[in-house]
Amino acid sequence: MININDKNSQRIVDIIKEYARKQSLFILAYGTGCGAIEIPPTMTSRYDAERYGIRGAATPRQADVLLITGYLATKTLKRVIRAYEQMQSPKYVIGFGSCTINGGMYWDSYNTINVLDKYLPVDVYINGCMPRPEAVLAGFDKLKELIQAGKADGWKHYQDNLEWYRQNQKKVIVNWQMPDYNW
Amino acid sequence: MDDILVKILGAIVTVILAFTVGMTYGGLSRKVIARIQNRIGPPWYQNFIDNSKLLFKVSNINHGFMQHVAPLWMIGMSITTVLFIPVLIPGGDSWYNSWFPNLNFHGDLIFLLYLMVIGSLGMALGAGQTGNPNSAIGVSRGLTQMVGFEIPWVMALVALMIQYKTTSITGLMEAAQQQGTWLAFSSPFATIAALLAMPGMFRYSPFDIVGAPAELASGPISEFGGKYLSTMMTSGSIFAFVKLTLYVDIFFGGAHNLVELVIKTFILYMYPVLWGAVSPRFRTEQAVKFFWGWPVLFGLIALIQASL
Repeated sequence: MININDKNSQRIVDIIKEYARKQSLFILAYGTGCGAIEIPPTMTSRYDAERYGIRGAATPRQADVLLITGYLATKTLKRVIRAYEQMQSPKYVIGFGSCTINGGMYWDSYNTINVLDKYLPVDVYINGCMPRPEAVLAGFDKLKELIQAGKADGWKHYQDNLEWYRQNQKKVIVNWQMPDYNW
Repeated sequence: MDDILVKILGAIVTVILAFTVGMTYGGLSRKVIARIQNRIGPPWYQNFIDNSKLLFKVSNINHGFMQHVAPLWMIGMSITTVLFIPVLIPGGDSWYNSWFPNLNFHGDLIFLLYLMVIGSLGMALGAGQTGNPNSAIGVSRGLTQMVGFEIPWVMALVALMIQYKTTSITGLMEAAQQQGTWLAFSSPFATIAALLAMPGMFRYSPFDIVGAPAELASGPISEFGGKYLSTMMTSGSIFAFVKLTLYVDIFFGGAHNLVELVIKTFILYMYPVLWGAVSPRFRTEQAVKFFWGWPVLFGLIALIQASL
């Protein structure tokens, strides 16, 4: 009699699951900043991200990866949070460009956030101002490695530490009028 | 008792075949479009990976009962339809031939025409439940487009029914066997009308006005994710196989074995895909104008030819 809750017999399911998750990434490209201009060459004929299973998704509900391309004004942060919470788990966030890491050239701006990781759980950062499509593809490779190793669990971290994230979010978003999600 | 077992096995095999062929064609069409755009493109099995990834999603939000039921409704319609379509010519000599005549003799074309609309109806109801404005626009566009392409399609089928004095698909296939040529040769105008209506059914460009990813955020399915999207994808793949097999059965002489079926359906499938790869999107009224132009004219000629 096979015990289906046994770790070893679950392993085969996990292998299929991890393979499917890493080979099929639907991205929601949130074109906030100048980084959005690097997405078209990544997706189209020159660099062709579709051969790695990376494909654009039309809505947050269908997407797996939220791509934050560049600086985030506090006004857009609200929309990004809303889009992120509409996505279905497991979901990943890629911070794109220096602006998401430490503010970049907008570090002393009055209306942009500096460290994205305080507001959303970022799985992979892609450095550069702007990162070229090669760097973007390398970032996706890193994300695939993390998914394979089971380490891309920012969405779990977000659920567990929701209080902390909400506190940070409410600090910069003054008029907090958001629906509650029961993801 | 053995009879029933063979029937059940046959139904399962037919559905699995339809799913596999439909998903593979979907992947191959992505590959073909990529090659046209001078890209390498995803592997042919990419759609299988996408589908299983969607099934492995942890959370699946729905906004109400109808959104939960709509994908099931659609897949139920697809599976029912595939059982009513003769996959192979009945009475062939291949060893697997006894698996495929599932419910062939119990339904006719008129019944099938009604059945094929139920999937769109389910999608419309499910999309209505989500409350997304894009879904509402997508549904209204989809129904408008359906009014467009159903008219030449029904005209072609009615012409065939009048000409061969039967409403059954197997009857039409027998007529083709008896006269020795495909119905595409003996009633060419009906075939042209049906072929011109076909891209509307497959919703590739220029008739992708329902989905329209850049314009409507994928339209009716914009609030569906995870297992719902996966079910819809499965249903769409099976339904693509149904439509292709129906066209091959009626107009192109059916298939004696699976190899012939795959070759014929693939060539037929490439027609909307290749047309779509080089076309921009129509607006709704342009699409309807297209369908009510030449296709309807050919349908009328076919009706006249049939009644003479």
